[in-house]
Amino acid sequence: MRLKIPANFRIVRVPCTGKVDIIHVLRAFEKGADGVYVVGCMEGDCHYNEGNFRARKRIEQAAMILDKVGVGGERVKMFNLSSGEGPLFAQYSIEMNNKIIELGPSPIRVAKQNKKNAA
Amino acid sequence: MIIAEKKPIEEIIDEVKDFNRILILGCNECVTVCEAGGKKEVEVLSSALRMYFITKGDEKVIDEKTLERQCDHEYLEELRGNIDDYDAIVSLACGVGVQFAAEKYLTTPLFPGVNTVCLGANEDRGLWTERCQACGSCILARTGGICPVSRCAKRVMNGPCGGSTNGKCEISKDVDCAWQLIVDRLNALNKMGDYEKVAPIKDWSTDRAGGPRTVTREDVKI
Repeated sequence: MRLKIPANFRIVRVPCTGKVDIIHVLRAFEKGADGVYVVGCMEGDCHYNEGNFRARKRIEQAAMILDKVGVGGERVKMFNLSSGEGPLFAQYSIEMNNKIIELGPSPIRVAKQNKKNAA
Repeated sequence: MIIAEKKPIEEIIDEVKDFNRILILGCNECVTVCEAGGKKEVEVLSSALRMYFITKGDEKVIDEKTLERQCDHEYLEELRGNIDDYDAIVSLACGVGVQFAAEKYLTTPLFPGVNTVCLGANEDRGLWTERCQACGSCILARTGGICPVSRCAKRVMNGPCGGSTNGKCEISKDVDCAWQLIVDRLNALNKMGDYEKVAPIKDWSTDRAGGPRTVTREDVKI
């Protein structure tokens, strides 16, 4: 297929999105990520029945926390697709990438950079 | 188990904003099971606080620790060695744990990170419901194993009252009438004869009305 996707994100593979916890998302932001998106199977198609539903709830919670701490809940999002949908994966990557570029760098990264510059 | 609910992050931020070295202290018991104050919640709260203060340009030391129990001397003693490293502690244990820690470490400000709600059960995923009010003199033997003290809004001892409709309580259509449940269970047990027995006046002196309660067991004291 040789699809083009943005090269500025890192893929973290998990056995099922049900493995993704709130803390994984928050840690990514703490370490300076500008955005996090989770790509799970189609709802209803989870091999473990509820994995992607669990992930969705956790992503919602992470978004709520990020909103409260001033980072912005819109920086985290969950997508669903089936494993055969490579083009859709590429499309979601581009969509998320554009959104993050529009939002600009995460306030945490900005604060860390400011601190570094001041030192 | 003891059921607790997370406090809003804003409330915790407001409590700790003037401290620089903060310990988020979880508990491995009840609050872990009800997903309010276990190791995971400690991690999430610590991370959220760290992010909040970083973005405000006010980076703080926020450490995490989760004790086996906060309502026991031996586990709380684990903090003794480095308690002075912190200006404040946010305890995610129930009210018991928070108080016990506060009694032990007199000079360290301690803030609750959860609201302790009740003694309840894990009824469903994400649903915890009250089952006991620790009244101190259990009457479940007479009431088919269903507690009118904790589950009847009026704590009626010989129910149901006139507010029971189609098995629901008049306070809300979502609340089961405890006495309907009792009658149903007694029927299932074929013990409706018990229902006819008028309950004696309950001794409430063992409840909170008698002041803070203690249990002393001379047989296990050393």
